[in-house]
Amino acid sequence: MSETNGTLNTSLSFEDLEKVYDLLAVAIDTAGPDKETLFLAKLCLILAREIGDLASVQKGIATAGADLN
Amino acid sequence: MRPAGRGELESLYFSYPKFDFVRPPEMAGESDRHRVAVAGAGPVGLAAAIELARRGIRCVLLDEKDTLNNGSRAICVSRNSFETLQQLGVAARFENKALGWTRGRCYYRDKLIYRLEMPHSDQDRYLPMYNIQQQYIEQYLAERAAEFADMIDLRWQSAVTDVANGEGEVRLTVATPEGEYVLRSDYLLAADGAASRIRKTLGLRLAGENLPGRYVIADVRMDHDFPTERRSFFESEANPESTILVHRQPDDIWRVDWQLRPSEQADEAIAEDNVRARVQAILNMLGHAGPWELEWWSIYTANTLCLDDYRHGRVLFIGDAAHIVPIFGVRGLNNGFDDAMNAAWKLAYVLDGQAGEELLDSFTAERRGATLDVFRNAGKSSRFMTPPTRGYAVMRKAVLQLALTQEFARRFADPRQVVPYTYSGSPLTSYRHRDREFTGGIKAGSAAMNRKAGNGGFLLDYLGLGFKGLYFVERETIPSDILKLSGRLAAIDSNFSLLAISRKSLLQNAVTVIVDGEGRIFDAYAANDGSFYLLRPDRHVAARWLAARADEIEDALSTALSRGKG
Repeated sequence: MSETNGTLNTSLSFEDLEKVYDLLAVAIDTAGPDKETLFLAKLCLILAREIGDLASVQKGIATAGADLN
Repeated sequence: MRPAGRGELESLYFSYPKFDFVRPPEMAGESDRHRVAVAGAGPVGLAAAIELARRGIRCVLLDEKDTLNNGSRAICVSRNSFETLQQLGVAARFENKALGWTRGRCYYRDKLIYRLEMPHSDQDRYLPMYNIQQQYIEQYLAERAAEFADMIDLRWQSAVTDVANGEGEVRLTVATPEGEYVLRSDYLLAADGAASRIRKTLGLRLAGENLPGRYVIADVRMDHDFPTERRSFFESEANPESTILVHRQPDDIWRVDWQLRPSEQADEAIAEDNVRARVQAILNMLGHAGPWELEWWSIYTANTLCLDDYRHGRVLFIGDAAHIVPIFGVRGLNNGFDDAMNAAWKLAYVLDGQAGEELLDSFTAERRGATLDVFRNAGKSSRFMTPPTRGYAVMRKAVLQLALTQEFARRFADPRQVVPYTYSGSPLTSYRHRDREFTGGIKAGSAAMNRKAGNGGFLLDYLGLGFKGLYFVERETIPSDILKLSGRLAAIDSNFSLLAISRKSLLQNAVTVIVDGEGRIFDAYAANDGSFYLLRPDRHVAARWLAARADEIEDALSTALSRGKG
């Protein structure tokens, strides 16, 4: 996730994205229903710092917040 | 199950035949040993019997039923399977009846989020996928088998109840309406399905996982105007907590699958009134306002189970008898055909004396390898279709919601349809360092790709019974050392033949030449002047050379027949 051009586009391949899907599924189960929100919040902070670009994070928050139901 | 008042074989559109029992020679005191017995006249057993017959090997095909398919209900037949059906000489019958398709649509909360487009071009002889009911699949194969009347001894109402794997032969106990008899055979192909009695008789067990998630599948007849496409619905209004699949079949029959909620009881879910209510809700969602009739329904759970070894002495397991796979990705029937072809050509070479019994050792390596690959892919599909835990359920919801607006998330909804397995690690595949000299083309171990032939038809129309050498040539003539090589290869495999692919017409009497004026075959195979592909009888590439090397090609053919260094 080194490309920070102000969008959510990264160079992560679909195959890697699939691995992330599985890793997160297992991590959410490991955290358990009481703590999964806290786990995901911590993860977002860590990844936001790695991205190093506030605009990208703000755009991500907006996209994730849309169609939330 | 059928609606109340209709018998198990009372279909709205299909007339089930009734096959008589005929007393076999064994019941008149004869005890001649057969070369191959095939147990189970489903699609897989029938395909194996036809392939053996085509190769001049007689067999006895036994089935306990007195009619065609009344069990599983496969509907999707892949392009690769059509290429197999073409080899079996029965593809035209299928093509006339089946509904071909290339596209699919995936909906989340009844909004379109993904458009599936399967690879297809005018260079392909067949479409990527066809829908046809299993009854027709079996009917057409049984008709084809009947054309080999002197080669295939098809015995209905004959159940294999016991098997003894002995030295030099296998002895079957066959139960018939007129009593039992013993049948002796050199080999047995066990194609007796998911509940294989032969598997149990030999004390073998399937190992693997039972996946969560139960589906009801129902066939309905209705006049419904929608193209032949795969439609999948997540969190639809018609089944808010779980998924729905819809497929079109010939004769105005539509297949509807819906997942049961964890709280639903199976016996309630399959009660006729509940099935009708659920189908009506789904049809309302599809916008079908007209009448419909219920044809048949059933319930299933997804499993990834297989035998540790597909060969036990003189018994080879093929199809569902060897492995049970989830339906997502349509791999049950299609992989079963591949099992049948793999087992049949190898057995034929062993029985012909052109290969030793060691050739059969590669059957498990290749076909169990294919099963495990299916498990990896179908496992992913199943985890998406039926999330096994809360974590997977959250992730699926996340990508489905994102897919409404975000392109990157849409591919998660791809159904991961079946693709032929690559036998790259097989003991029959050789010269991998030559394989790596290519940039592109068809990798060693992969299934050959069909392309248009300039002088009519398609590349795969030119396959024969044996191994095939594809020699790519850009000069005026085929070099004499290649012609000599062809003769030496025919000494190893009497059915071997050479096929030259040339950009222009060649004056060459001894060799069949495909004129590839537009270079489509050259491109697909990443070939240039002097390139050589060695194709197995089942269309897989045994080995390939960017520049043909006679000594290596001869050796590769011996290796592909498990004959060791030539």
